[in-house]
Amino acid sequence: MKNLKLTRRLAMLAGAVALTIGSAAQAADTIKVGVLHSLSGTMAISETTLKDTVLMLIDEQNKKGGLLGKKLEAVVVDPASNWPLFAEKAEQLLVKDKVSVVFGCWTSVSRKSVLPVFEKNNGLLFYPVQYEGEESSKNVFYTGAAPNQQAIPAVDYLMKDLGVKRWVLAGTDYVYPRTTNKILEAYLKSKGVADADIMINYTPFGHSDWQSIVADIKKFGSAGKKTAVVSTINGDANVPFYKELGNQKISAEDIPVVAFSVGEEELSGLDTKPLVGHLAAWNYFMSVKSPLNTEWIKKWQAYTKNPKRTFNDPMEAHVIGFQMWVKAVEKAKTTDVSKVTDAMIGLETPNLTGGVAKMLPNHHLTKPVLIGEVRADGQFDTVWKTTGLVPGDAWSDFLPGSKDIEADWVTLKCGNYNTKTKQCSGQNYK
Amino acid sequence: MQRYAWLAVLLLASLLIGARVYAQASAAAPDDAFATAVTGLAADNFPDKAAAVTALIELKHPGGRAVLAALLDGKLYFRNADQQVFITDGGETSLALTDPLTQKSVGSGTPDDYTRITTNNSLRKTLRSAVASFALTDPDPGVRLDAVREMLRSLDDDSVALLRSRLEQEKDAGVRKAMQEGLALADLDSSEADTRLAAVDALEDSLSPDVYNRLTAMVTAAEDGSFPEADERVRTRAREVISAIDASRQVYATLETLFFGLSLGSVLVLAAIGLAITFGVMGVINMAHGELMMLGAYTTYVVQQAMPNHIGLSIFISIPLAFLVSACVGMLIERGVVRFLYGRPLETLLATFGVSLILQQVVRDLFSANNRPVETPEWMAGSLQINEALSITYNRLYVILFMVVVFVILQMVLQKTSLGLKVRAVAQNRNMARAMGVRTQWVDAMTFGLGSGIAGVAGVALSQLTNVGPNLGQQYIIDSFMVVVFGGVGNLWGTLIGGMSLGVVNKVLEPWAGAVLAKILVLVALILFIQRRPRGLFPQKGRAAES
Repeated sequence: MKNLKLTRRLAMLAGAVALTIGSAAQAADTIKVGVLHSLSGTMAISETTLKDTVLMLIDEQNKKGGLLGKKLEAVVVDPASNWPLFAEKAEQLLVKDKVSVVFGCWTSVSRKSVLPVFEKNNGLLFYPVQYEGEESSKNVFYTGAAPNQQAIPAVDYLMKDLGVKRWVLAGTDYVYPRTTNKILEAYLKSKGVADADIMINYTPFGHSDWQSIVADIKKFGSAGKKTAVVSTINGDANVPFYKELGNQKISAEDIPVVAFSVGEEELSGLDTKPLVGHLAAWNYFMSVKSPLNTEWIKKWQAYTKNPKRTFNDPMEAHVIGFQMWVKAVEKAKTTDVSKVTDAMIGLETPNLTGGVAKMLPNHHLTKPVLIGEVRADGQFDTVWKTTGLVPGDAWSDFLPGSKDIEADWVTLKCGNYNTKTKQCSGQNYK
Repeated sequence: MQRYAWLAVLLLASLLIGARVYAQASAAAPDDAFATAVTGLAADNFPDKAAAVTALIELKHPGGRAVLAALLDGKLYFRNADQQVFITDGGETSLALTDPLTQKSVGSGTPDDYTRITTNNSLRKTLRSAVASFALTDPDPGVRLDAVREMLRSLDDDSVALLRSRLEQEKDAGVRKAMQEGLALADLDSSEADTRLAAVDALEDSLSPDVYNRLTAMVTAAEDGSFPEADERVRTRAREVISAIDASRQVYATLETLFFGLSLGSVLVLAAIGLAITFGVMGVINMAHGELMMLGAYTTYVVQQAMPNHIGLSIFISIPLAFLVSACVGMLIERGVVRFLYGRPLETLLATFGVSLILQQVVRDLFSANNRPVETPEWMAGSLQINEALSITYNRLYVILFMVVVFVILQMVLQKTSLGLKVRAVAQNRNMARAMGVRTQWVDAMTFGLGSGIAGVAGVALSQLTNVGPNLGQQYIIDSFMVVVFGGVGNLWGTLIGGMSLGVVNKVLEPWAGAVLAKILVLVALILFIQRRPRGLFPQKGRAAES
């Protein structure tokens, strides 16, 4: 009996040693790629697909023979839509797993929570979602849209093409909508829109009783001037909101709603009848016809073994970000973060919808801006497109506090440089 | 002389030929112009498409209506190879093609070879108005009324002339009224002061925002002190009409707020009424109550998946099924957990909270963490238009009615059945009831099942109003406890009045305080109220209240 126990212990020890050696050996010939997306909780609906996208990209790169002669290895963690846990998991990825790069985060709260971790440990993060700007970190590449690549062009479209005179800025009550609406309000006022023609409304996460707010919007819109709603409503609160619009017979022709957080993936989970004709502003639509886009959609549907799977804007951002990182590593001939970061600037990768994404010194991309109308099948019809590409601007030109601030990691080597006082106040703001 | 004669003949002949060619050309011109306009619809930018649509409307070609209607419905396609436009019908595998010029079928094609001609909002608005002008002759007065309303949204000289000509033939009073309103609006631009005065008179009863805005614009002074409306009499009359409209709009706005409040209240009552039984009557703090509602909502989803072609019917089938599912799960919770913890509220709270997490995870594993789309039947979408200033959404209306029905049935069960008698007896004095031969354990299980079943039924209603996901229950559990505590523990009427008044107060506050602040204010007011009257609105009286 005693003997048996001893043998078992010995066997376990041997196993453990073998495992350690094995993993050490593996670590030597693989490059680790961290994936930091929520796989459970409220954000799982959006973030799970992004994890799968990164896995697909890694899989594909490995089929091509890997990178620098090594295979790529994914390290997937689940921060569970829990913002402090994001920081913990990021620390684990950087310190324990020693990953070369991390693809991750969706909400701005989660990004803000991992930011100090990445800066302390000199990690590298690719953040794929449209956000409120006012940030540029040396350790982060922002492959989603800055406000001037989504919100501002959308408002321009409404103002010029649809002749909108009255504005409802409706959002969920947290940092992204509040900052975006602050920028939009300043922008509208700079265009001569009066205070009385702007209505701002915030609702809690998951708000479901939209009756009075929609009735208010209806009243606000019946003043004889063309009215539009700019929606930064996030998550599943959108469903009852659009339902209520439909029930109160507010059609997209009377009061169009342009949304910044509603994409193909979100639409695939709901009844799209009440949404037809409403607008969304993105840098990518699955319905855009281009050979490259068709190719990626086919790859994705083959990878997920589902011919109906949707492809969306943040996924495109990951595709572009991943390809750029691969190029940067090949250029720098190492995965060392500082060298890769330097190699990143100026790299170019084609956008799936046409044009070329270029990494700018402020760690943002150049992107086309598309406005689409929701179709009955949950896809978008592109109704407007910028003629060229819009370079991402980290610090908004319309906010008094950030007008004079520049981000430039090549000449200024600073993410928050005040052009008036000629001072650099650290990597990011607040 | 002969030479001249030849010349004359030649000249005549050429003239004749020319004239014939010309005659042919003029006969063919509308068709050609129509064909050009139709081809123009296949343009790749919206300004060109809009120009083609305008041309089509102006041509008044007999084929125009079908083309415009097809464009509006997304049934107009062009062939990728030669840009030829077809009206199509059919699904994903093949398209039946119709030539827009001849209105004849020209075979079929595969969707890959054709591209749908897209529209945008402003184009659809034009199209709707144009198609509506055709619908003015529809035999159904409802269609005609919609058509007139549609035309009123964008009036121009053409549509005014059309309305004027149709007015004489119109028999239906409602349609006539709408037409007259449109014509009166147009008459406000007349150069005759008397016509304008008559138009203002005619608009007296109108509640439409267009009329209000128009009249207000007439009497608003410009910067130099002059008015857009020159005549003093018309201005005075317009001001009277505006204040009359203001007064009645105020009344309707109040009614609307009241309705919003009642509908929010009825959702609260539905969510809380099951709890009023388990918490109010039995004294069990059931934190899994919200999850029992969630189960009801998921039952609705499953039933809809099972019968995708009968969405309306599925709701009615879901109601008893949801009751059964939630009641069974409720009884399992009671038999498995709660019955060991009677008289230990803190442990019950923790245990049922644990159960709620288990139920959430089970649903997450079975259905995925994503929300499930529950379809709304046709008869629950849209709104009941009472007049221009007041419309009531059907889904909310049905929820209020549903709540009343559930409440009445529950009261009947508690007051008129032997189960109800036993439930009340056990609630009042457990030992005495047991002494009288009531199987209190069995009654406990049944009561818990009844309360849970009602939660399931509430879930069916919630599936029509909000997202069906694993977290559905959590959103309502706090509100439910709030209503029960406010209304007075152990009193169904208290729950009804409590829920309704919380709903109305919330909706009255919301317009000026905002959704977030309104909720906070209600909560603070409730805390203060409980401080003053710890037993709620309708406290239980007598000996039971002492225990």
